[in-house]
Amino acid sequence: MAILTIQILNSLLYASVLFLIAAGLSLIFGVMRIVNLAHGSLYAVGAYVTAWLVGRGIALGVPLGWLFLMLPVGALVVALIGIVIEPLLLRPFYTRAEEYQLLVTFGLLQILEDLMRLIWGGTPLSADTLMDVLPIIRIGGLYYPAYNLVVIGVGVVVAVMLWAAIYHTKFGVMLRATSQDRRMASALGLNVGLVYVVAFGIGCFMAGLGGAIVVPTQAAVLGMGVDALVIAFVVVVIGGLGSLKGALVGAVVVSFVRTAGIQFFPELELAVLYLIAAGVLLVRPTGLFGTA
Amino acid sequence: MVAQVQVLRGRSALPLAAAAAAVLMVLILVPSYFDTYQVQLLIYGLIAAIAALGFNLLLGYTGLLSFGHSAYFGVGAYTVAFVAEHLGPHSMEFYLLVGIPVVAVTSALFGYICVRHTQIFFGILTLAISQVIYSLAMKLYWVTGGSDGLRVPRPALLFGALSFSSPRGFQQFITLYYYYVLAISVVCVLLMWVIVHSPFGKALQGIRDNEVRARFLGLRIRWFRWISFLVSGTFTGVAGILWVPLNGLTTPDVLYWTYSGEIVFTALLGGFRNFTGPIVGGIVFTYLKTYAVASTEYWQLLLGVVLVTLVLVLPTGIVGAISRAGQRLRQRRGAT
Repeated sequence: MAILTIQILNSLLYASVLFLIAAGLSLIFGVMRIVNLAHGSLYAVGAYVTAWLVGRGIALGVPLGWLFLMLPVGALVVALIGIVIEPLLLRPFYTRAEEYQLLVTFGLLQILEDLMRLIWGGTPLSADTLMDVLPIIRIGGLYYPAYNLVVIGVGVVVAVMLWAAIYHTKFGVMLRATSQDRRMASALGLNVGLVYVVAFGIGCFMAGLGGAIVVPTQAAVLGMGVDALVIAFVVVVIGGLGSLKGALVGAVVVSFVRTAGIQFFPELELAVLYLIAAGVLLVRPTGLFGTA
Repeated sequence: MVAQVQVLRGRSALPLAAAAAAVLMVLILVPSYFDTYQVQLLIYGLIAAIAALGFNLLLGYTGLLSFGHSAYFGVGAYTVAFVAEHLGPHSMEFYLLVGIPVVAVTSALFGYICVRHTQIFFGILTLAISQVIYSLAMKLYWVTGGSDGLRVPRPALLFGALSFSSPRGFQQFITLYYYYVLAISVVCVLLMWVIVHSPFGKALQGIRDNEVRARFLGLRIRWFRWISFLVSGTFTGVAGILWVPLNGLTTPDVLYWTYSGEIVFTALLGGFRNFTGPIVGGIVFTYLKTYAVASTEYWQLLLGVVLVTLVLVLPTGIVGAISRAGQRLRQRRGAT
């Protein structure tokens, strides 16, 4: 029973991180109609920046509790990168065929992957000190790090905040209006360019936050972003590109299937995920909750 | 674009054939003037050209962007590796004989699923399916060797008439394999030329340009897309089959989705709106990547910058830019 509880908690932990990545991807697609292939790499940048900052903090003797502030800082750095990228690289492509948008983000992926190697080298960068700061709790006779519960909590809080921001604020209305009809929104006087920058920034922030909160539990390594992107694709395909609810449901489905897969059919674990995604695309092309 | 097509139609095929013959002559002479390494590199280039040529039937002529063509390349490569390990003769013809049907069946199967969608969903679906193959190759290590991959010995060419086990076998193999791949490339290019200029090819372009109108004309759109997918995947698979004996090893890397990205890059580099674009792209990309890898540890960064710049300033690729420059020159000459 305790093992089951821990497996469920592990699934939720993974779901929380996946949701952050996939919701950002989905938000960007929903508003800007761009599938950002570099999204996974932005998640990896978040992980690297946070791990590096935590490492610097420890070297400078910053009190350990304060180091938790590095998590949002890492996410903000990624958001800043996004705010620079959008007007510089993506804006010229909104009126052109979507092949070019995919290609430019693929180029961006290659650049980001190698920049991380250039800056932080090939050795994994760890920030597990943060995990050791928090106590280890007992769940029915088994030990479980409390930090994992924090990650789950962050996922839930961000999901609620994002939902509130999109459906209950004025900016959310602007966001949805732009997503539904860009030209009409522009004609009604909305600053579409600003909405795009902010939407892309929020999407990147979420990817960065995913990386930041995951890095204390597992070190930042090269290639983590490229792997994460493909799983995030599975999530949004199952849930529906552009749907927040879809990203949430997709993340939960994928993480539970994956946890069960690692337990019962480790060889086929990834294949099963992709097959589920392909199956959903066949039956419901727009995903479970997609409208596009 | 429209003007360009008319210009092409206005000219006879004779100068084009002459140009192709000249290029072919140069390619035939290459091994007598360059060392083994350069020849080997050019074989890789020709193979990349075949892969991109197949890919471009989908992107350039059918208007479907596949982000999973590594699957067909990899299936071709792994089929050869399995044949070499478990079935008898180490003969290139035998590899092709077994490999081509396997690749064709695989692309037919995957294509049947994928062509139900277009645009971005088509791209994601092809990517997801190619990753199924990747994860199987990675995880079923007792069959596929996992991340170590499978080794493939040097095969005999021309039904065992030429084998390469002597100490100087490598140089001989490279030279003869060059002509072997060149011959197959020529066959592939001619075949693709016939396909895209046939009524079938015209129908694909019609579907690409205006799906609704094509449907009004009574074309079975999904069927055309499916056959296009099948042919496209098979060409890329042939490239995979030819690639393995040269590389001597196949690893899951060729199945990973970033490898599909490289195939897309190749087609774009040459220009996917032209028939010759992917061929030029394949050869140029091979050299670009080889020299980028040799000159800097951060070659991926270099390629990424090239790709972004290309998309920003040269969206029609090398061949597109050249033909446009040529057109402008001709117009200026016509004006004076």
